[in-house]
Amino acid sequence: MTLWFVFALMTVAAIFAVLWPLGRGSRAPDQGSEVAVYKDQLAEIERDLAAGLIPAPEAEAARVEISRRLLAAAASEPAMAPKSNLKWRRAAAVLALGGLPLVAIGVYMPLGSPRLQDFPLAQRERGTGSGMAQSLETLVAQVEQHLEKNPTDGRGWNVLAPVLERLGRFDDAVRAYRNSLTYNGESAERRSDLGEAISAAAGGVVTAEAKTEFERAHALNADDPKANYFLGLAAEQDGRKDEAARIWRALLAKAPADAPWRALVQSSLARVGGGDTMPALSDETIAASKDLAEGDRNAMVRGMVDRLATRLKQNGDDVDGWLRLVRAYLVMGERDKAKGASADARQAVASDAERLRQLDEGLKTLGLGG
Amino acid sequence: MIAESGHYALVLALALALIQSIVPLVGARLQDAALMNVARSTALAQLLFVGASFTALVMLHVNSDFSVANVYENSHSMKPLLYKITGVWGNHEGSMLLWVAILALFGGLVAAFGNNLPLSLRAHVLAVQAWVASAFYLFILVTSNPFLRIATPPIEGRDLNPVLQDIGLAVHPPMLYLGYVGFSISFSFAIAALLEGRIDAAWARWVRPWTLVAWIFLTLGIAMGSYWAYYELGWGGWWFWDPVENASLMPWLAGTALLHSALVMEKRNALKVWTILLSILTFSLSLLGTFLVRSGVITSVHAFATDPTRGVFILLILCLFIGGSLLLFAGRATSLKQGGLFAPISREGALVLNNLLLTVACAVVLFGTLYPLAMEMLADFKMSVGAPFYNLTFSPLFALLLLAVPFGPMLAWKRGDLLGVAQRLLAAGVAGLVVVAIVWGWARGGSALAPLAIGLGVFVIAGAVTDIVERTGLVRLPFASVLHRARGLPRSAWGTAFAHAGLGVALIGIVCETTWNSEYIATMKQNDVAHVAGYDLKLDGLFQRQGPNYREMIAEFKVSRDGEPLTVMAPSKRSFTTRGSSTTEAALLTSGASQLYVSLGDATAEGAIAVRIYHKPLVLLIWWGPVLMAFGGVLSLSDRRLRVGAPKPARARQRLQPAE
Repeated sequence: MTLWFVFALMTVAAIFAVLWPLGRGSRAPDQGSEVAVYKDQLAEIERDLAAGLIPAPEAEAARVEISRRLLAAAASEPAMAPKSNLKWRRAAAVLALGGLPLVAIGVYMPLGSPRLQDFPLAQRERGTGSGMAQSLETLVAQVEQHLEKNPTDGRGWNVLAPVLERLGRFDDAVRAYRNSLTYNGESAERRSDLGEAISAAAGGVVTAEAKTEFERAHALNADDPKANYFLGLAAEQDGRKDEAARIWRALLAKAPADAPWRALVQSSLARVGGGDTMPALSDETIAASKDLAEGDRNAMVRGMVDRLATRLKQNGDDVDGWLRLVRAYLVMGERDKAKGASADARQAVASDAERLRQLDEGLKTLGLGG
Repeated sequence: MIAESGHYALVLALALALIQSIVPLVGARLQDAALMNVARSTALAQLLFVGASFTALVMLHVNSDFSVANVYENSHSMKPLLYKITGVWGNHEGSMLLWVAILALFGGLVAAFGNNLPLSLRAHVLAVQAWVASAFYLFILVTSNPFLRIATPPIEGRDLNPVLQDIGLAVHPPMLYLGYVGFSISFSFAIAALLEGRIDAAWARWVRPWTLVAWIFLTLGIAMGSYWAYYELGWGGWWFWDPVENASLMPWLAGTALLHSALVMEKRNALKVWTILLSILTFSLSLLGTFLVRSGVITSVHAFATDPTRGVFILLILCLFIGGSLLLFAGRATSLKQGGLFAPISREGALVLNNLLLTVACAVVLFGTLYPLAMEMLADFKMSVGAPFYNLTFSPLFALLLLAVPFGPMLAWKRGDLLGVAQRLLAAGVAGLVVVAIVWGWARGGSALAPLAIGLGVFVIAGAVTDIVERTGLVRLPFASVLHRARGLPRSAWGTAFAHAGLGVALIGIVCETTWNSEYIATMKQNDVAHVAGYDLKLDGLFQRQGPNYREMIAEFKVSRDGEPLTVMAPSKRSFTTRGSSTTEAALLTSGASQLYVSLGDATAEGAIAVRIYHKPLVLLIWWGPVLMAFGGVLSLSDRRLRVGAPKPARARQRLQPAE
C-alpha cells in the first residue's frame, strides 16, 4: 500500500509542476530581451575604448553597427506584449490533471512490477523477508563467497570441489581442486580427483594435462584405483588397447572384492577385450553429462568423434571404426564430412578386398553406398 | 519500493516531457506568458524525477539488490563501493539513464538560469529539448529499461566487465555525456531560432555559454578516455581510430567549428547559416555516436549489449531529428536575414576557413567510420580503416588548420591585413624554424616529417603568445601600461591563447610519442634485466595477492638509470573469477612529460612472464594539450562580458562579400 501512496504523491507533485505557472496570473514575467543585449554591447565598446583595447575609429564603426541592430530589435519588441488565453490555460490544466496520470499509469502498468518487494543483499543475508529456499546453488554461492575472502581455507576447497563437479561446473571444480592441493598438500587422491575434473572439463577426454595429474597420483600411490583406472582409459583412448587391458587387469587383481568400482573396471576391460573402442567415461562424468547444456553435450560428443577420426587416420584397418565415424557424422548432420570419411575409409582398406566389401556394404546401409 | 519508485519516476518524467513538448509551443503561438512558463516548471520537475530515478538505480546498485535485472547482470556484492556506483553507467541501460539525466540537467539549467532569455525563446528551446527527452525516455522504457525485475532473485550478480572496474569509469562517461548531451542545448536553440524565425547576434550571445560548457566537457571527456585506454588496455596506445573514438571526435570537430562561428555571429552578426547548420550537425553527430555505440553495430568495449530493436529505435530517433531539423532548416534558410559583410581576408574569413577545414576533417572521419560498416553490411566484406588512411587525409587537413591558427586571432574584423599579421608572426615563425633545425640535428631515426610537425607545434604555441604580447603591447609599451592593458584584456582573449597553445602542445606530444617511442617485448625470468631508453629494469619476482573481487599477480621491477636505483614498478595482472576474465594494470613511471610503461602478458609454466616495456617521450603532452584547451574554455566561460567585434573601417573601397 505504501508504494501506491508514494506513487500518488509523486503524481500529484508532477501535476502541480504543470498547474503552478498556469495559476500565477499574468504578472509581467522576468525575461531578457535583445535590446538589453545590444545595449550591453554598446556599453562594452565604451569600456574597451577606455582600456585602450580598440582604437577610436574601430569603436565608432562597431557603435554604428550595433546601433543599427538595436534599432531593428527595438522595432520588433512591442509585438511581444504578453496576452492571456483562458481557454487554452484550462485545456493545459485538463491535460495535466487527466492526461498525465493516464500516460503514467498506462506506461508503468505493463512494464513495472509493483508487487515485488526490494531484495537488498543485507536483508537477504539475515534471512528475513526473502523466503527463499536454501538451495544447493545458494549454499555453493555462500561457500564460494567465503573462500573468495579466505582463499587459504583448504578444507573449504576440499568440500566445494566435488560439489562443483557434480553441478557440472568442471572448470571451477578444476580450480577448486588445484587450490585444495595448494593448501592441503599433495595426496594421490586429490591429484587423481583433479585429473578427473580436468578430463570432465575436456568432455571425457583424458587430456595430456589430466594424464600428467594421474601419473603424479600414481607416483604418490601406485595403488590409487582412480589414477590406475584413468591411466588405462588414457591408454585406451590413445588406441593402445593392450596396455589399457594390462593396467585394468592389474587393478582388478589388487582390488578388494567389495570395491564399488569393480564393475566399472570389469566392463571397461570387457570393452577393450571385445574390441569396442568407444571411449568410456566414469559414471560420475556420464551422470554429469546428462546435466550438461545441449551445447556442452555436443562438444563432448564431438570430442569423442574427433578422437576416433584421429585414431583411424593412424590405423585405418578398423572397418567398424570407420562405419561408426561415418554414422556419427551423419547423426551430427555433417554430410560432407561423412562423405569425406567414407572416401578416406575406402582408400585405407583398398588393399584388402574382403574389408572393402564389408565397408561398402556398411556404407550402403548408411545411405552413402555406391 | 526503491526500484518501483525509480521506475515510476522515470515514467512521470516521460509524461512531463510530453506536456513540455506541446504546451509551451501553444503558449508561444498565443503569446500567453503562463503557458510559456509551463516549460520552465516542467523542465525543473523533469530534472527532479529523472534525478530521483537515477538516484534510485544508484541505491539499488549500492545495496546489491539482485531482484533488479540490471543490477544482477552488472554488479557483484563484493565489488568495492566506488565500482558499485560507477557500475551504474558501466552498462547499456544505466548509461542511457545517465544520458537522459544529463539531458534533463541541461534542460533544468536553462529553466533555472535562463532569465536573460526572451520568454518565447526559452519556451521554444525547452520544448525542443523535451522532444529529444521524450524520444529517449521512450527508448529507455521500451527497449532498455534498467528497472526490470527478476521474480526469484539470484543470490549473486554477474559482476561488471573487469576492464571497466577502474577509476576511469567514474570520470570518463559522465564527462563525455556532459559534452555530447550539452550540445543538445545548442541544437534546441538552433531549432527554436528556426521556429521563431529570429536569428541574430543576441541569439548567439545566449547560446554561447552552453556550447562552451559542452565543448569543455567533451574535450576533457575525450582526453580522459584516451588516457584511460592508454593505461588500462596494456598496449600503450592512446588513439586507435576505433569507430567509437571517432564517434566522440566528430562532435568535437563540429562543436569546435560551432564555437568559432557562434563567436562570429555574436560579434559581427555574420555566419548565421554556418552556425545553425553546425548546431544541428554537432548534435546529430552526438546522436550518431550514441547510435553507433549503443546499437550493437560496432562491437567494442563500449558496446555493452547488442539488440537489434535498440538499433532500429535509435535509428528512428536519428532519422526523425536529423531529417526533421534539416527539413526545417531548408524551409527557413531563405528567410534568414543577411548579416554583417566582410572581406575574404579578415577575422571572419579566417574563421570560415577554420570551419571549412574542421568540417572537411569531420567528414573524413565520418567517411572512415561509416565506409567499413557500409561495406560489411552491403557487400559482406570486412575491412578496417585505420591510421594509414587518417595519416593521409586527416593529418594534412589538420596541419593546414594549425598553420592558419596563429593568423586567425590577429586578423582584424571585417577587413584584415595578411601581410601585416605575417610580419608580426615573424618571431613565432622563426622560433618554429629554429626548433625544426635543432630537432633535425639532434634526433636519430624517425620520420623526416616529425621535426617539421614539431616546428609547427612550436609555431602554434609561439603564435598564441605573440597574440597576447601584441594585445598587451608587451614589447612596445612601458611595463605599467602593459600591466594595465593585460588586466583590461577580456578573459576570453586569454582563453583563446590557452586553447590554441593547447593544440600545439598536444601536437608535439603526439609527434614525439609516435616517432621516438621505444619498446621492449620479451619473456623475462626472475633477475632478468631489460634495457629500455637508458633505464634498466630488473625483474625482482612475481607475487600473488588477493583483491576484493579478483586475484592479482604482481611483478616487481627495480628500475635504475645509469646504475642509480630510481624506484620499484609493480605492474599486475588481475583475474576476475565471476566473469572469468582478466585485466592488465600497467605501471607508469613519469619523468617530466615522458613515461616509462610496463605491462604484463601471460605467465609461462616455468615462472617466466611476458613483459611489454615502452618508453614514451613527452607522451603526457598529448593530454596536457586538451587540459590546456579546456582551461582556455573555462577562462572564456568565466568571462561574463559581452563580445563585440569592432570592424576595421575601410580606408579605401574594398570588395566585400555577403556573410553567407
